[in-house]
Amino acid sequence: MEIKILGTGCSNCKNLEKATREAVAELKLDATVVKEEDIVKIMSYGIMRTPALVLDEKVLFYGRVPSVSEIKEMLSKK
Amino acid sequence: MPDNSLSSRNARMSKYLPLLLLPVWFLLYHNLQWLTDKLVKDVLGLTAGTHLTETLRFFIFEVPKVLMLLALIIFFVGIIRTYFSPERTRKALEGKSLFTGNVMAASLGIVTPFCSCSAIPLFLGFIESGIPLGVTFSFLIAAPMINEVAIVLLFGLFGWKTALIYVSTGLVIAIASGWVIGRLHLEKWVEPWVYELKAGAHPEDEKISFSARIKMGFEAVKEIVGKVWVYVMIGIAVGAGVHGYVPEDFMASFMGKSAWYSVPLSVLIGIPLYSNAAGIIPVVSALIEKGAALGTALAFMMSVIGLSLPEMIILRKVLKLPLIFTFIGVVGTGIIIVGFLFNYIF
Repeated sequence: MEIKILGTGCSNCKNLEKATREAVAELKLDATVVKEEDIVKIMSYGIMRTPALVLDEKVLFYGRVPSVSEIKEMLSKK
Repeated sequence: MPDNSLSSRNARMSKYLPLLLLPVWFLLYHNLQWLTDKLVKDVLGLTAGTHLTETLRFFIFEVPKVLMLLALIIFFVGIIRTYFSPERTRKALEGKSLFTGNVMAASLGIVTPFCSCSAIPLFLGFIESGIPLGVTFSFLIAAPMINEVAIVLLFGLFGWKTALIYVSTGLVIAIASGWVIGRLHLEKWVEPWVYELKAGAHPEDEKISFSARIKMGFEAVKEIVGKVWVYVMIGIAVGAGVHGYVPEDFMASFMGKSAWYSVPLSVLIGIPLYSNAAGIIPVVSALIEKGAALGTALAFMMSVIGLSLPEMIILRKVLKLPLIFTFIGVVGTGIIIVGFLFNYIF
């Protein structure tokens, strides 16, 4: 699976990237985590609040930084 | 499964824990003056009336008072905000006529969750869905200027009347400035790529249960109080020093009513001065006590909180410089008018 973190580089975006990487490592998922910082590409996902998490081109959540355990729960459901 | 029921009930209980803290809050808040007096007189053994004692008493009383008020209000505002989102606000603003749109945008700016780091996606999202530039600006002016931290501090240190004056004049400034910017037709000063942008379809909103909303309110308290408590302490410490040591009427000569130039000067000084409401309001409250005029103080606060340099730098990505200067000019003029008006009335 492919995970994208959408965010223009604010502190919350970095926090989400870190939490997501942790969640992926703990679940031992076969996933790539990339950071998308280009605002035009970010807007193409239809969101107005960053950071956001995109899983296989589908927005999972936006505008908040959930805890590692919540991210794990959401990722393992998919 | 019976063996699971107890722990699941505990989990359910802990979700509502923030609500159970409310009675504790009220008990503590109502005995704060008594506790402060007790601490100053009996524990620290200070003589009433000296500069040092009164400065300390002010600090010991005001810091917990303001922080407790902040925690309570942010908790409830945090829950209310879960019902609003920039996406819903955008939908509400779509297709509204200019003036109605400005009024709605400024009002929604107060309750819609907003962080200056999201100013760009928000601006792009509004413009892309056809919301006029002037209406978008009404939102961008009201959202940072009128926030719960400012309202709580004004209420706690000045009383509800001043808080109400701040909110209503702030709204008028946001509505009028946005309207003026709209009438000036400044779309040519928006970076051209903004109008070529194609945003994707908005993803479905997450469904949020009520217990999750309570949790989000509690998270908001932790996040915001965790960020501003330092500024509250510094602001009140400076305020306490002014309260205890600066002579009465000291400020009257340069921030008083008779000094007409003090209003525009306060606004000019306020623009590059970047502080949040938590740091600046306690200081201003002490300045008023020492003879600064209310209108001048109000103008200074609005300029510091509402016109911030970091936000201008962020907006530079989407706006050309002339538009940023027009924005500062229009809002600054509005603040100056409010300052003169209140110096004239009171």
